[in-house]
Amino acid sequence: MAQPIKKPANVFAPWADPNAVPLIQFKNVTKRYGTFTAIDDQTIDIYEREFFALLGPSGCGKTTMMRMLAGFETPTEGTITIGGKDMADVPPNKRAVNMMFQSYALFPHLSVWDNIAFGLKREANMDKERLNARVEEMLRLTRLEQFAKRKPHQISGGQRQRVALARSLAKAPKLLLLDEPLGALDKKLREETQFELMDIQEKTGTTFVIVTHDQEEAMTVASRVAVMDHGKIIQVDTPPRIYEAPGSVYVADFIGDVNLIKGTIRKTGPEAYQIQYADNVPPIEVTECAREFSDGDKVTFAIRPEKLLVSETAPQDRANAMEGKIIDIGYLGNISTYHVELPNGQMIKAAMTNATRIDRRSFTWDDTVWVSFRSSAGVVLPE
Amino acid sequence: MRRAALILLPYSWLFAFFLIPFLIVLKISVSDPALAIPPYTPLLDLSEGWAGVKAFFAGLDFDNFKFLASDNLYWKAYLSSLQIAVTSTFLALCVAYPIAYGMARAPDEWRPTLMMLVILPFWSSFLIRVYSWKAILAQEGLLNQFLLWIGVIDTPLTILNTTTAVYIGIVYTYLPFMILPIYAALDRLDTSLLEAAEDLGCTRLQAFWLVTFPLSRGGIIAGCFLVFIPVMGEFVIPELLGGSGTLMIGKVLWEEFFSNRDWPVASAVAVILLLLLIVPIILYLRNEQKQREAGA
Ligand SMILES: Nc1ncnc2c1ncn2[C@@H]1O[C@H](COP(=O)(O)OP(=O)(O)O)[C@@H](O)[C@H]1O
Ligand SMILES: [Mg+2]
Repeated sequence: MAQPIKKPANVFAPWADPNAVPLIQFKNVTKRYGTFTAIDDQTIDIYEREFFALLGPSGCGKTTMMRMLAGFETPTEGTITIGGKDMADVPPNKRAVNMMFQSYALFPHLSVWDNIAFGLKREANMDKERLNARVEEMLRLTRLEQFAKRKPHQISGGQRQRVALARSLAKAPKLLLLDEPLGALDKKLREETQFELMDIQEKTGTTFVIVTHDQEEAMTVASRVAVMDHGKIIQVDTPPRIYEAPGSVYVADFIGDVNLIKGTIRKTGPEAYQIQYADNVPPIEVTECAREFSDGDKVTFAIRPEKLLVSETAPQDRANAMEGKIIDIGYLGNISTYHVELPNGQMIKAAMTNATRIDRRSFTWDDTVWVSFRSSAGVVLPE
Repeated sequence: MRRAALILLPYSWLFAFFLIPFLIVLKISVSDPALAIPPYTPLLDLSEGWAGVKAFFAGLDFDNFKFLASDNLYWKAYLSSLQIAVTSTFLALCVAYPIAYGMARAPDEWRPTLMMLVILPFWSSFLIRVYSWKAILAQEGLLNQFLLWIGVIDTPLTILNTTTAVYIGIVYTYLPFMILPIYAALDRLDTSLLEAAEDLGCTRLQAFWLVTFPLSRGGIIAGCFLVFIPVMGEFVIPELLGGSGTLMIGKVLWEEFFSNRDWPVASAVAVILLLLLIVPIILYLRNEQKQREAGA
């Protein structure tokens, strides 16, 4: 997962500040198309200068959320406010919101320069000099200076995407909506552009809402991620918390790789539990569990593959160790993933960095190994 | 080799059905009228060998063209045709654009039906359709009866045998040629472009003028040429619906050929008409090519 170094949490976290006023508020917003409910009674706050990501599988309602913000769709029920103002009767052309379209929607009959100037020309009291200066600034920001005179069909996909970005930024909107902006780019260009986007967001201080179905992208760029499914926001949190402390099986499973082990829980102390997941094996010891469970609850224990250690003998310093047999080894260069079968038939995936060359490794297919982890390494989720 | 064959096909078609007839007409236009069959001289007599060829070329002259220039009937007819073609092209555009726009914005399931309605007139004979306009536009025709009945007018309007009737006939007949290319252009238009325009601060009307209209320009130009070019030489509509006051070069051409039986002068009229139309035809082809390049 491409995680850039995050600033400490106390630098920018308006969502944690009870006095902060959100820039955008969805209040019990429902959107129906005929009898189909695309957005189901959602309430969220998005704060100024945030880089907010909407993440979810195709068809879960991400674009619908954006289109309601831009003004192309009106909520069937509920209200959306931007900067405290109810947006119900404000048409798209009167909103301080700009959108970068999934298809870029560049005007094919206009040059790159004119595409970027398009929105500025619509502004009253925009004189020619200021307009020129602003367009030049946008061209510089997106490194498009030498393509200003070209038409959209005369530039590459990556450049087109930058024109779309420049055009939507030109009016210095309060809020910029990006609908799968990088979908059409190849992996390398995509990663570069993600950092570019973050850079631009920081420079301009604009609030960004980005839609993506790529979890890596959401984790990389966003200050907070909203995981959506079937018209509902399942969890809103910072990327590390979404990853480390998913609130549901759905989120744990959607973000990254995870092992899900079902079992029955029993309380052993404050924030400490045991999970019995099979007969005739020691239970999983869990500490630092944030949620409350009562004895006998059915739960799912979620643990990331990289939190697991695979070894020949059971290590003494780890609370949990499970014996199993290696079924498969996936060699990925920097890491290897081991598929270990537990005696109860459950498959466990463990990822280990390849610190030594693979041919020096002492275990291989069909070897019996120990998979171990600390008592605080996983999370317990209600079933 | 295969490519050469593929290119050869359209060229041999053009050669057989355009170039050769054109050369024949061109030859007749520099001949002299004669009371014979064919009604002109000289004829190429190859039995006399080289002398025959020489005599043939000596017999050619530009008298017919000089005659066209000297008699102002002809250039008036050209100008009048030009004026009628330009005006009716413009009228057709005004009628066709909203129709094409409505079709392109109609729900998907309606489009095939609307398209059928536009093409449907082609299923009956052009002549019958123009004739039926006579019944509609005549003094006692359907239109006058209707207007009298609803009380808009007291005395029947004289529409038939005027230039107005010609305009009505032309716009009616050529409307599909205008609608289809405009519809094709509007149909290609990505609606997210209009949303983008609105998003950037345009009203609906501004979005139309700044995005929809310029992006349908290729279709408009194509439609205008598809109407203008054939209307320039139109003969049937002015003959059936227009009166003696409607002067069009197509009618003059017809009369030269079939009433006066002066084939050489008629051919000269045709050659000039063709030369006049080559300019718009070339412009049309260049527009098509530009559209293709922009689309690619
Ligand atoms: N105009 C519309 N009419 C009917 N259904 C729609 C319309 N727009 C979107 N939907 C439906 O709403 C759901 C959410 O769509 P969308 O927001 O585009 O999803 P996403 O962007 O997350 O892929 C989809 O099931 C889609 O079929
Ligand atoms: Mg979408």
